Amino acid sequence: MSAFRKWAIAFGVLLLGRKKRQPRVVDRPRIVPPGEPDPRAEWLVLLLLLLAAAAAVGFIVVYSFNHLAHQTQYLGLALGLALAFVAVALIVVGKRLVVTEELEEDYSLPHSTAQEELQQLVDESGDRFTRKRLLLAGGTAAAGAIGAALVVPALSLGPLFDTGALYETPWRRGVRLVDEHGKPLLLDEIERETFYTAYAQGADKELLGAPVVVVRFEPSQLHLPAARRDWAPGGVVAYSKICTHAGCAIALFRKPTFPVVEPGPALICPCHYSTFDPTRAAKVIFGPAGRPLPQLPLAVDANGVLRAAGNFSGPVGPAWSGVRSKPPRNPS
Amino acid sequence: MIRAIVRYVDERSGTAPFLKRALRYVFPDHWSFLLGEVALYAFVILVGTGIYLTLFFEPSTAQTYYTGHYLPLRGHQMSVAYRSGVDLSFKVRAGLLMRQTHHWAADVFVAAIVLHMLRIFFTGAYRKPRDLTYYIGLTMLILALLEGYLGYSIVDDLLSGMGLAIGYSVLMSIPFVGGNLAMLLWGGPFPGTSAFESRMYIAHVFLFPILIATLLGLHLFLVAARHHTQFRESRRTTEKKVVGIPTFPGQAPRSLGLFFAVAAVLFLLGGLVQINPIWLWGPYHVAQGTNGAQPDWYLGWLIGALRLVPNFDVTIGHYTLVPNPFWGGALFPLVVFMLLYLAPSLERRFTGEYGFRNVLDRPRDAPWRTALGAALFTWVFVIFFAGASDRIFVSFGVSYEAQIWAFRVLAVVAPFVALLATYRLCLALQESDRLDRIRRRAEAEARGEMPQPE
Repeated sequence: MSAFRKWAIAFGVLLLGRKKRQPRVVDRPRIVPPGEPDPRAEWLVLLLLLLAAAAAVGFIVVYSFNHLAHQTQYLGLALGLALAFVAVALIVVGKRLVVTEELEEDYSLPHSTAQEELQQLVDESGDRFTRKRLLLAGGTAAAGAIGAALVVPALSLGPLFDTGALYETPWRRGVRLVDEHGKPLLLDEIERETFYTAYAQGADKELLGAPVVVVRFEPSQLHLPAARRDWAPGGVVAYSKICTHAGCAIALFRKPTFPVVEPGPALICPCHYSTFDPTRAAKVIFGPAGRPLPQLPLAVDANGVLRAAGNFSGPVGPAWSGVRSKPPRNPS
Repeated sequence: MIRAIVRYVDERSGTAPFLKRALRYVFPDHWSFLLGEVALYAFVILVGTGIYLTLFFEPSTAQTYYTGHYLPLRGHQMSVAYRSGVDLSFKVRAGLLMRQTHHWAADVFVAAIVLHMLRIFFTGAYRKPRDLTYYIGLTMLILALLEGYLGYSIVDDLLSGMGLAIGYSVLMSIPFVGGNLAMLLWGGPFPGTSAFESRMYIAHVFLFPILIATLLGLHLFLVAARHHTQFRESRRTTEKKVVGIPTFPGQAPRSLGLFFAVAAVLFLLGGLVQINPIWLWGPYHVAQGTNGAQPDWYLGWLIGALRLVPNFDVTIGHYTLVPNPFWGGALFPLVVFMLLYLAPSLERRFTGEYGFRNVLDRPRDAPWRTALGAALFTWVFVIFFAGASDRIFVSFGVSYEAQIWAFRVLAVVAPFVALLATYRLCLALQESDRLDRIRRRAEAEARGEMPQPE
């Protein structure tokens, strides 16, 4: 026990005792200019470091709890405070405990001799070559070809030259429209001016071509082109749900509640607010989209189930160079 | 003790003379020089928290069902990536702290780079011999934007998916080759093959960080090799001599203090201020979207640009030459960065100044650079602000369509207004400086002192 006490006292003396300044052994002039000690700043730094340690221990304690309300907040607070105390301590050290000196240094200049020597070195090294240009051409050919050879395997990433899949959709004549749980959509259950999302039965829902929006209007409200007169049985229209601008889902339907002063019904994409008129074949009426939403021709079977009467009026999804060149098709 | 360490290091590496010079390297003392350091320290925190996150995040689009404790998502179909993102937020202790700190650090990282870049631009610090340093900095900014975008895309929440759909569409919109490039990168039509998630992941956690770190090292090496620029603060600061405090002992505690301060702020934000609560967005499905979707702030200028372009595709017969998203999503950032990259050489050509420039301009002293810069950044800022127009509509009820028209006009007019106003302001400030000097000289003469040469 007494041995322990001796050790404790010795440790305390070592820790708390202030070191006397020893005369320096070297007799070179100082590099860092001298400054007065600042005991208050030293104590402040000590206090801050102890606070940092306490906060860090607090972090460990908070972490050790299995279920603690607001654990994330306490963890962030504890760690943040620990770091903040160290930051303040260092700034006190910087401002009060180390000497602030102002030094000068020359900006470096170009090494003109070394530059010339480098150039000379390269020049002279090539003295034994007599067909420099020809060899350079050969080197370029080799480097270019090897470079190309190394890049070519990157083509395995995807079908760079085959963009055919961009025209594909799962819709064909007779495919039933189903909701997200796979239940077929019945014409009679489609209410007016309500917004439905439907998918091609049996198709992967995560294909751009699969989802359509379904909205029902009074047939007299619809102004479809003559060729699409019979695409909307009972006033039900279906359009691709993928915006033709940037590929987001058309998730918003603007339903006029007081049609006298409000603009007409619209399908709207929440990404860049492209606005389409569902009564006029999804014509773009505002926002950046460059073409209407592709329309899906609809038919009703003997059981009253909505079915596709063919594929979309055009390829679905965002535009690219070939988007207007070919009609959509089914994967073969 | 110190002697032993110094001897050990020098005998094995022979670096004592180099280290002595490094410790006495001179830093000019100005607060605005710390912005780059803030970016550097945010990057350190990003790497640290990011490594922690990789220990829990599973980059896979394989479908699964959520069975955890967060009731609103129970039984929902989602990707393994999204589920592991939710789990590391709720189940992993300190996981949410690390994720939110990582996200905040990314936002602060880009913000610090942008502010640093503005400081460099408006003081003319990009002039020879530091133009290469500046080009590397701009490249790191581009990489940081892409890295941040990849970061919030790999989580596969609803906002990730919407952002990726837009990225896909912008790539598709590149004239002639866009469709091919998108097919190559995604491995097929959007949302692409399951390998696409791995591609984004390796890019986010390895390729881009390595690139940024390499360029960062090069950037810092070039800064040190050519020394810092400095403001003309006293008669000792000249084009020939840099004046400031040494790395050690003067600068080291301050810089280290700044590191701890940045880390403290980021962890406090990460713990106390919620960011990107992915469990509220839900998993992404192609047919789903949400209103009020906003990207991280540093992509706001692109969403604004995409929204402002009127509805047209440029077509020749059945060939679509320029799909609409190209203008806002690809050409706009391309033009902005091209102008920034060209600034040093354009300035050399128009001013005929081909020499070394170590002393910084105050913005007023280079009125044309300041005015042109103000015009460029006003243009970007107006368009950035247009990206928030849907929030302005929700918060203040200003008609969205009226706002878009107003922003379209502003995007064209405001840069010219900023150009003229800034130019006039610079000249006025120069004039007031001149009058100030005359007044002070007159006062000095009145006191009978010898006038000091400027």
